[in-house]
Amino acid sequence: MAVAETTSGRAGRSEGGRWRRTWEGISIIFRSGVAVVGLVVILFWVFVAILAPLLAPHDPLAQDSSAINQAPSSRYPLGTDNLGRDILSRLIYGSRTILILAPLSVLASVAVGIFLGLLGGYSGGLVDEIVMRILDAIMAFPTILLYLIIISAIGPSALNVVLAITFVGAPGVARLVRSLTLDIRTRDYIRAAETRGENRFYIMFFEILPNARGPIIIDSMLRVGYAIFSIGTLGFLGLGLPPPTPDWGGMISEARKFIWTNPLGVLWPALAISSLVVALNLFADGLREESTRYN
Amino acid sequence: MQQPRDIPVLDVKNLAVSYETRYGDVQAVRDVSFTIQRGEAYSIVGESGCGKSTVAFSIVSFLGRNGKIVDGHIMFQGRDLVGRPQEELRHIRGDQIAMVYQDPMQALNPSMRLGDQMAEVLIAHRGMEQKEAEEKCIQMLERVYMPDPANVMRRYPHQISGGQQQRVVIAMALLNGPSLLIMDEPTTALDVTVEATVLDLVAELQTRFDTAIMYISHNLGVVARVSDEVGVMYAGEMVERASVADAYLRPGHPYTLALMHCVPRLGMDKSSSYLYPIRGRVPPPSNLPPGCVFEPRCDFARPVCRQRRPELREVEPGHCARCHFAEQVLAGELRLPDDLIPDLDKMTTRGEGAERILSVEHARTYYEAPSKRLIGGKKQYVKAVDDVSVEVRKGRTLGIVGESGCGKSTLAKTIIGLETPTDGKLEFMGVDISTPVSQRDLDLIKNLQMVFQNPDSTLNPSFSVGSQIARPTRRFRAVPHSQVHAEVIRLLDMMRLGANYYDRLPRQLSGGEKQRVGIARAIAGRPELVLCDEPVSSLDVSVQAAVLNLLLQVQQEMGTTMAFIAHDLSVVRFFCDTIAVMYLGQVVEFGPAEAIYAPPYHPYTEALLSAVPIPDPRTEQKHIRLSGTVPSALNPPGGCRFHTRCPRRHMLPDGGRICEVEVPPWQCATEEHRIFCHIPLEELRKMDKVVTVEEETHAG
Repeated sequence: MAVAETTSGRAGRSEGGRWRRTWEGISIIFRSGVAVVGLVVILFWVFVAILAPLLAPHDPLAQDSSAINQAPSSRYPLGTDNLGRDILSRLIYGSRTILILAPLSVLASVAVGIFLGLLGGYSGGLVDEIVMRILDAIMAFPTILLYLIIISAIGPSALNVVLAITFVGAPGVARLVRSLTLDIRTRDYIRAAETRGENRFYIMFFEILPNARGPIIIDSMLRVGYAIFSIGTLGFLGLGLPPPTPDWGGMISEARKFIWTNPLGVLWPALAISSLVVALNLFADGLREESTRYN
Repeated sequence: MQQPRDIPVLDVKNLAVSYETRYGDVQAVRDVSFTIQRGEAYSIVGESGCGKSTVAFSIVSFLGRNGKIVDGHIMFQGRDLVGRPQEELRHIRGDQIAMVYQDPMQALNPSMRLGDQMAEVLIAHRGMEQKEAEEKCIQMLERVYMPDPANVMRRYPHQISGGQQQRVVIAMALLNGPSLLIMDEPTTALDVTVEATVLDLVAELQTRFDTAIMYISHNLGVVARVSDEVGVMYAGEMVERASVADAYLRPGHPYTLALMHCVPRLGMDKSSSYLYPIRGRVPPPSNLPPGCVFEPRCDFARPVCRQRRPELREVEPGHCARCHFAEQVLAGELRLPDDLIPDLDKMTTRGEGAERILSVEHARTYYEAPSKRLIGGKKQYVKAVDDVSVEVRKGRTLGIVGESGCGKSTLAKTIIGLETPTDGKLEFMGVDISTPVSQRDLDLIKNLQMVFQNPDSTLNPSFSVGSQIARPTRRFRAVPHSQVHAEVIRLLDMMRLGANYYDRLPRQLSGGEKQRVGIARAIAGRPELVLCDEPVSSLDVSVQAAVLNLLLQVQQEMGTTMAFIAHDLSVVRFFCDTIAVMYLGQVVEFGPAEAIYAPPYHPYTEALLSAVPIPDPRTEQKHIRLSGTVPSALNPPGGCRFHTRCPRRHMLPDGGRICEVEVPPWQCATEEHRIFCHIPLEELRKMDKVVTVEEETHAG
């Protein structure tokens, strides 16, 4: 009998292996205007962070006691803060801090969350109960309170900020992954893997996880936005990076005290944070809408 | 509204429907025309993706956000429905068109009582009062043979069975006395015996309600039972229109001819049960062939078929076909090519009696059901498998047949180790297998593999086909490491898929192809026994035939033993050597295949055989229907579990008292054929055959 297949049709578009498929995945982004806008803003900040030494007109740590709390001028395009430091340069260097810490902390919380979610969702029974109750307990705390407790306990530093965000964010990811696992677990290919005698960690990480990546990725992007916001909040509360490291949240906190003298001092870092967070939200949203449009 | 008799209720002319997709517009339906007269039952038959549901949806303007009618007319009672705004449509259609869908559970609102839902139809359309509406509903429920209608009105959908739900849906559809009733595969989700009773109802609807019925199905047997006229659709086109007798016995289109040859029938002769598959696959609507849409798969294609699209023309009065050579097809001049007709003798002879490779004795698998009280309370068990004994000999095939809830899937899972048996002795190749799979030896696991039911979930969507076949090949060390890739290619070739499938993802494959990959994956480790859990139930008929033949070929080439689970008796006819019929967790009949299909029958087997819709208008089939529903496995009836529904209880003294109290004995009709029944064998032997064919003409 002849071999099946004279037509490829729909299949033809996605043929040609992995690169083609990756490109197809990426091209979804360009189909959504909203996602493109978000992406542009994100990339803008990424370039700023990478090219910081070239872009910043002054040293972010240099204090000029003759120019305190000044409004924007030709020398200091965005003005100065209460210690005479150039706000523009601090903004530019601050982007580095945030763009390193936020993704890092999200990565860590997603890693922990994935592990716990898979474990609970696949094992079921007592293991699931224990893991979930612990995570529920963590999630019951208001996030700010939790940050306060953690940072007060282990002290403010970049690493500790990452740890705090990981601790607070992992339960949410775990919940998401667990519900995805509970659904995927019922599929026949998991049964097939079990009848092959595969051990449970293989099934969790190689059979279940690759099929859960869609929602996890989109959730992670939203989480980067929240992480940026959290880092800003921590900085604002004085729990973030210790001075004099340029930290957008810290800048808002300091400038707040002098808001009557130099109101613009608060505005610039706040705009910076908002633009990044909004951009990330737009990107994630646009992606999600586009990928589920023709469902 | 009274209509003059000669205006057809529905007259569809040259209908064309398109869907908007990310890649552009695709034409789902092209140039479809048919007519339904008042009081007529018209069927549209076709496989999945042929566009039959689209046609139905376009009549009720339910096409969804991205569907639109691009051409043609839908004349309902003489008025065109195409191109009118929604409000006007609602006014014209009013309560005159009703639709019944496939899954009754989704058609009914789970949070409203049935009585309220039904009354709502009347209150909304006719403006009746609540009490009057409810009375009418009860009357309608009686007319669809619903037992205890007043009680059913007070219940919620989840409290009644699937067959009863479908009756409620049909009753709701009939409440307003519609002129046209559209039924989209209403019995597909139901068990065979339940389906038979619903089909009886549908067959009556025409006469009792004077409604025109449009019946959509992929099941040729069902279509033969409910309608007189049929339209065959393929890839969005209507390829043949004829009466049922003509379409089935003297088809005018090669596709119809091929369909008739690949549908399983309950003929007595083993060779007449062979299934001839249709090669190739259905073209995607975005990439249709230039000439005749069936040409790439047609065994009789000539050059003109690729160049010119044939018109739907009348080859006989009342019989139209869309083929350049329709007259020749009609005259039976076109024969199947020789390589398609298999060497039946070679396929059916098996080696001499071999050793028992799998032996299950008195197996029980109970699931714990949560007790009704919060704390304490009696432990309840769902007795999914209760005292089952079967055996399989090396190189043979065992068929396990039964309806939903009979425990066949649980039995399969117990054998393969996904469930732990509560009791009983299970032995495979001399090793005890009552342990779960995680505790079994790799060698044992390697030899006992499974093919799953649902092709869409049997493969991991994130990995390529080749890597998924390679995994068990590597794991079970079927070949040395360096030859794994070559072995995968060999398996792909054996599955008739070809090496270029190695890098494809499951979503690029059709259902039949995915199932073949599933088979390749199961045999990659060269297992001794392959358990097939309803592997073809979700596939189209033409694809079923290909997959079944493939399994047969695998068995021949590799000498694999198979256990085949199915709910369709006609599908297993050719395939299995021994068959076990299960009901409510127990085996009721066990024996060689020929013995199961001939008297003596267990009463349940007899009912099953008489319920299967047969796609052959010439056959006579006994009309035995089971009353009631399958009892719950939590609390199965005492004695013989079938006694609550057995249609042959009256053959025993005292109306069959003994069936309620005593567990039946195993009666051996022959050394290998046993029946689990109280009725004495001589009585059972006197039964008539369930299925008889008028004339034994075997076409092709």
